[in-house]
Order: sequence, then structure tokens, then C-alpha cells
Amino acid sequence: MKYIEPHAHMVSRVTDDYERMAVAGCVAVCEPAFWAGYDRSAPAGFADYFCQLTEHEPKRAAKFGLKHFCWLCINSKEAEDVKLAAEVIALVPEFLGRPNVLGVGEIGLNKNSRNELQVLEMQIELAATHRQLILVHTPHLEDKWKGTRLILDALKNDRRIRPERVIIDHVEEHTIGMVLDAGMWAGMTLYPQTKCTPARAIDMLETYAGERLWLNSACDWGVSDPLAVPKTALEMKRRGHLAAAIDKVVYQNPRKFLSQSAHFKNAF
Amino acid sequence: MNRQQVLDLYFLDARHQLVELAAFLDRMERAGGPEDFRMRHFRSALAALEGRKRDRARKVLLAFSDLTTQPVARAETKGACGAPRGAERGRR
Repeated sequence: MKYIEPHAHMVSRVTDDYERMAVAGCVAVCEPAFWAGYDRSAPAGFADYFCQLTEHEPKRAAKFGLKHFCWLCINSKEAEDVKLAAEVIALVPEFLGRPNVLGVGEIGLNKNSRNELQVLEMQIELAATHRQLILVHTPHLEDKWKGTRLILDALKNDRRIRPERVIIDHVEEHTIGMVLDAGMWAGMTLYPQTKCTPARAIDMLETYAGERLWLNSACDWGVSDPLAVPKTALEMKRRGHLAAAIDKVVYQNPRKFLSQSAHFKNAF
Repeated sequence: MNRQQVLDLYFLDARHQLVELAAFLDRMERAGGPEDFRMRHFRSALAALEGRKRDRARKVLLAFSDLTTQPVARAETKGACGAPRGAERGRR
């Protein structure tokens, strides 16, 4: 079985994880820009991070035959400081042409504040201006339902944004319907305690017929599992799903969405 | 899958999680001091499990959700605790 890991924070993972993913059938890994676990003090810290994502990580992945792609932005956890966010957003365009960049992400909301929303709108503008795909982070736990609604409203307010070019990540049972109804793609994140288990993700796949859906691990510096996607594929097999249905969700669907990026399409 | 297959695949795990839940509630009973807002939401979520209704996972998640619709003035923290503090107004 081959699969694409559409959301993993590999800068926080050891090199052994690349090897384990490759052995499990991973052919490409996509890394959204996110919070490092601490706040960066200046835009230069983000510039260095963008270089890491576009120069260093592709080389580390290539040692195991994996293609590495990334998304660039300022994440919502560092978006309360609007001035800093504006300076970071101004850095992004110079990186968008690099060959492994897929688009703007993971933008979104964290605590659903006014400043976060303002920064989200600035980054939607960035994506629209540069005709980029968008990957969206939705808030955690009690903030997810409200945040998902605010994010969808912000995206719908910009008529240049085509819903089929947006993936809303970290959906759960109470948000997946509104995302798919909006015509966007939905990502189900297999993450201990705070997001989906494999069983629940497969329940949603069965309920929503697997269209415009993908699975990801979002493995990062927290307790998380870089092999969550292939483990969920195994769970699908245990439930009796056919190989073609598994292939669709772990390989064909992410490939279909991501192929809207010329950089991804050129590499596959 | 039919119901027999679901039971064969998931019953032991669901049983395990139910016992863990019961033990958590016993632990709360044994402990002293006041509860906070999280247990209110927890009991509301438990009510969503009753009866032969579908959509329980969605209802449980909604019981733990901030259902207000306006952005907050400022992000005072980065983390989430699993239940909304003082967001009762928007409940439905």
C-alpha cells in the first residue's frame, strides 16, 4: 500500500520517523507551517523556519525516497500580535515559488479572537492574490465548532476563493458536515485525545462516502503518531473495506486535491 | 458491517472505555472540594448517550463546545481545556 501523509510537522520528528513512514508505504509528506511550541520573537525566526521547510526538510526526506512538500504562513497561535503577523506575511511571497511549496497554510484560528480573525483575513487575501491553495487549521476542543464557523464565513466572504481549493483540517463529527456543505475538502486528523481515533475517522468516511476527505497524523512535537495513517488503513481493512476504497482515501484523494498545485503535480 | 461484526470488533474496547468512564465518575465522587464548569458540560454530554438515537458523537462534541458566534476580544491563552468557560449563553 502506498499513501500520502498530507499533514505532518517533520521538523519536530527524528529522522527514524522518515524511515518508518517510508517502510510503511509513504511516498510524500506535506508539512504545514505551524507553532514551534514557543513564540518566535521576530520575523527573522519565521524566515529561518521557511528556509528549513523549503531547503533542509526536502533533503532529509529524500534520503528515504520521500517527496517533501510544505505550506507557508504565520500560524494562529502566534497571530494575536497583528504587527508581527503582518511582517511575517510579507515574507511569504518570496518563498511561494520554491518547488516544494503547496500554498498558504495552516492558517486559521486558535482561540477565536478578533486579532486572530484579522490575521486570518490577511492570509486569505495573500492566498487569493497569489492564487494559492489554502490549508486551514481549526481550533481545539471547545473552540472548534465556533472557530470552524468563523473560518468558513471568512472564506466565503472572499469571492475569489474557490472552495474546492481549500482544505479545512482537524474536522470532527460536529464540524465535518458544515465543511463539506461549503464545498471544501475536510481533513480528519488522527491524534490522541484531542482529535480523531482511527475508528471515528472511519465512521465519518462511511457516513460521508469518502468524497473530499483525507486522513492525516499531524504528528508534531506532542504525543502523536507518524504512522497513524497506515494504522487507520489497517483498521479499514479489519472492517472489510476493499483495497480500492483504502487507496482512495490514503492516496488518491490527497493526490487529487494537492495536484491543484503545479508544484505537486510537477513532482508526481 | 452488521451489528454482530461491530460487536465482535469493538465491544471489548467500548466496554473498557465505559468502565474507565465509570471509574472517573467514582473518583470525582470520592474527591473533596467543589467541581468546576467542566463537570456541568460532562453531565450534559452523558445525557446525549441515552436512548437509541443516532448522532451521539456529534451531540457529545456539541455539549463540550462554545456555541457562541462572536470572536472574543483577545486570546488570553493558547490552550484549550475541553469545555467552554462561561459560554452558556449560546447553548442550544
